[in-house]
Amino acid sequence: MNARKLEAPDVSRVANSKTASWYEASARQRVRLMLDAGSFQEFIGPEQREQSPHLRVFDLPTQFDDGIVVGRGRIAGTPIFVAAQEGRFMGGAFGEVHGAKLTGLLRAARDTKSVPVLILFDTGGVRLQEANAGELAIAEIMRALIEARMAGVKIVGLIGGRAGCYGGGGLIAGCCSALAVSEQGRIGVSGPEVIETNRGVEEFDSRDRALVWRTMGGKHRRLLGGAEAFVDDTIQSFRNIALSLIGSVPSFGLDVLKAEQARLEERLQRFGTCADAMDIWRAEDIFDAEAVPAISSLDFMDLANRDGEPRYDAR
Amino acid sequence: MKSWNAQKTTLAERLADGRRYASGKTIEVVDLPNFLEAVIRPADRVCLEGDNQKQADVLAAALTDVDPAKIHDLHMVQSGVVLPEHLDVFEKGIARRLDYSYSGPQAARVARLLFGGKIELGAVHTYLELFARYFVDLTPNVALIAAVCADRDGNLYTGPNTEDTPTVVEATTFKSGIVVAQVAEIVDRLPRVDIPGDRVHFVVEAKKPFYVEPLFTRDPAAITEAQVLTAMLAIKGLYAPYGIRRLNHGIGFSTAAIELLLPTYGEKLGLKGSVCTHWALNPHPALIPAIESGWVEQIHSFGSEVGMDDYIRARSDIYFTGPDGSLRSNRAFCQVAGLYACDMFIGSTLQIDLQGNSSTVTTSRIAGFGGAPNMGSDARGRRHPSAPWLQAGKEADPDGPPPLRRGRKLVVQIGETFGDKNVPLFVEKLDALTLAEKLNLELAPLMIYADDVTHIVTEEGIANLLLCRDKDEREQAIRGVAGYTDVGRGRDGKMVRRLRERGVIRRPEDLGIDPLDADRSLLAARSIKDLVRWSGGLYAPPSKFRNW
Amino acid sequence: METLSYRHKAQERAAGSKSLAIIGVVASGNLEVLVERLLPDTECQVDINTAAEGFGAVWEAVVADFVERRSPGGLRLSVNDGGARPDTVALRLAQAVRLIEEEDR
Repeated sequence: MNARKLEAPDVSRVANSKTASWYEASARQRVRLMLDAGSFQEFIGPEQREQSPHLRVFDLPTQFDDGIVVGRGRIAGTPIFVAAQEGRFMGGAFGEVHGAKLTGLLRAARDTKSVPVLILFDTGGVRLQEANAGELAIAEIMRALIEARMAGVKIVGLIGGRAGCYGGGGLIAGCCSALAVSEQGRIGVSGPEVIETNRGVEEFDSRDRALVWRTMGGKHRRLLGGAEAFVDDTIQSFRNIALSLIGSVPSFGLDVLKAEQARLEERLQRFGTCADAMDIWRAEDIFDAEAVPAISSLDFMDLANRDGEPRYDAR
Repeated sequence: MKSWNAQKTTLAERLADGRRYASGKTIEVVDLPNFLEAVIRPADRVCLEGDNQKQADVLAAALTDVDPAKIHDLHMVQSGVVLPEHLDVFEKGIARRLDYSYSGPQAARVARLLFGGKIELGAVHTYLELFARYFVDLTPNVALIAAVCADRDGNLYTGPNTEDTPTVVEATTFKSGIVVAQVAEIVDRLPRVDIPGDRVHFVVEAKKPFYVEPLFTRDPAAITEAQVLTAMLAIKGLYAPYGIRRLNHGIGFSTAAIELLLPTYGEKLGLKGSVCTHWALNPHPALIPAIESGWVEQIHSFGSEVGMDDYIRARSDIYFTGPDGSLRSNRAFCQVAGLYACDMFIGSTLQIDLQGNSSTVTTSRIAGFGGAPNMGSDARGRRHPSAPWLQAGKEADPDGPPPLRRGRKLVVQIGETFGDKNVPLFVEKLDALTLAEKLNLELAPLMIYADDVTHIVTEEGIANLLLCRDKDEREQAIRGVAGYTDVGRGRDGKMVRRLRERGVIRRPEDLGIDPLDADRSLLAARSIKDLVRWSGGLYAPPSKFRNW
Repeated sequence: METLSYRHKAQERAAGSKSLAIIGVVASGNLEVLVERLLPDTECQVDINTAAEGFGAVWEAVVADFVERRSPGGLRLSVNDGGARPDTVALRLAQAVRLIEEEDR
């Protein structure tokens, strides 16, 4: 098995410290603990009561911020814009207001030009109850995101919550400058149940959690090159990686897009016939591929840095 | 001339009939239905394992394939009605009468078959009570048991899930009954001998392991803030002041929260070494952090738990293990340990009435009792004193003369005032009573009787029923911790205040606990993966609890 | 959906100087509480939007107890409820008051 003894978790973790779990935290807690104390200024905060105009038709409760917290603040003194999705409200899904808040933030970033954006994804995709508005929002967000990148803005996605980053969220994530993901995080477009419904359980058993994480989970995304960085499940780790990625991602332009296209074509060529993520890891010559799902985050990071997909400058 | 050895004569005949299908002691799976028709007789008492965890599934399936014209009116006596086959034999007219203890997964179907007249119910028992009757008036004629492996002499290794087998075999074989064992494989040499071969008449090589339910694994990710609060109350308000060293936890999320709070909250209170040292308990994965942190001296178990075998092997100072290193469990002895050698039982339930009677029965499911009524009862036959036992006895009878004042075991019911789907825990009339009326039962199926319950713990506080002087005080003490349920809102405010002044009811504030501090971050492990890490990688959770 | 509103007199003004706080998440069995310092010192109001209909009597009792225990003078608490249990409601109301009474970091 792995070399390092599995360590007992640190029980001195306190709810309000930076070693708190990202997975367990709410969107607001992630923002509050990740940013410099007192630096966060919320845009269209809950007291504005910009709630969903559609959910009452379905007799569903609304949330004052419609499930997304947007605003600006600082990390280690660096100014940033931030958007954090609440994965436990309607599965973090995009609705009209939720989407509009993110669109507005990205347009502000585009116009400001010099301030990077952090998107804390925690979403199952588009809200079924607001399907049309939600789909439109995804498109507007992607457009605003690309416009911001073209204006020189770095946009980093952080993924590690309960809902993962699926559907339209997965599409938006694919447009970001860089992504960081934890073991609990998942990135995809079609969710496991959708794949099973459409292709049958032999193709994909959505209740096989090991399969779901092997296919869409943080470790695989890191090894495949679908995410730039893999981090431990702590607010501190996400904070550090956010800073690091903001500082290191290159500018955006046609050359970058062309390089990214080439990278993805090569990936498809290399791994397109693999039936399972484990086949991909073996094809990548990952040491002891079978053990990857079980090893600790720390051991995995060592392994990924040693053997994982070479990092491209493209995105 | 009266024959005094008729049973031995019958045994010889059955063995001869059975041996027509045997090679030595071995029966092929394909011959099982014919073999069973040869050794069983109509109206036999048959014990099919049917344990809480392990199931003799191959034998159960074969029994459903016998010809009802040849084998009918069987009286099934078994601990657990767990597999669909356990009830198929009733639908098919092979079995007629049932005495059992627990039927969790089949509870709804048992109810349907009972109402439909397909099952004649003897009684529902606790495990220990059923075992007791195996030796008096429910002795099996045939026992169909499950073991891990056998050698060619019929010696059996039952391993970590030994559970009920020694008890079942003892009662059956020594009263001229027949013992048939299903094993995964027949080997040359067993890891250890759990059941000696001369007690076993036939062995079936099933070529696969017997079925085991993972019943005692609770995912820490599902523990709520309210359960953390009730756990804090229990530790500070009961374990500490009574000094509970020897105990049993019923399975549930509230008790799992207690187990996970010992290394953190319990440590902060300075309780290590003075509470929770000796356990009658299945190998709960949730106790791993406390064990690793040095809280536990030893644990005796009723059965094993899926995924815990390697951890148990590596912790033989804690668990009961054989010379081969694997766990040796024994339900009968562990039930006795919980009854006589423990100073506290704490567990959850579905309904509590105004006197403190507690039940898990609803009108559409008959789940039976398992071990809880036994664990959750005061053992009046106990004689050895201990500090908590004497303390509780003193609270129950403050004016009695000490040398004649028996102690009391703490029997604690813990839970949130509203359970799953916001159904209230506290009710005026138990569903069990309604069920008894509907089915014409002599006794309502209660899990724990009011006069055994000593404390109730909810998120609103602790009610100490030992300190209640009469029925009214008891009712108000219960209402006083029943929160915003109808029962709780029906309280006599003045009386509840007086009870609180006397310490009969204690709120979190009275114990120095702020409900706002009850946070999941206090749990020593917050996920299954955390438990794996605590165990140093030795705990191997079943796949449904893993995302790897 | 049901809308409920309760106005109470409070013993004393809620401590601290923050004007706004929010706690909780709208999900099954959970709720969010937005608390704003908007009212006169001895008044408080709790406005509720809830998915679980017909529990007015329980809300009334929970709110009354909360006002008595926490003295939320000057506060308007707005609740979006996803069908939480009464003890969870009581907890969130108390958490909201604690948050708004906290000194700014």
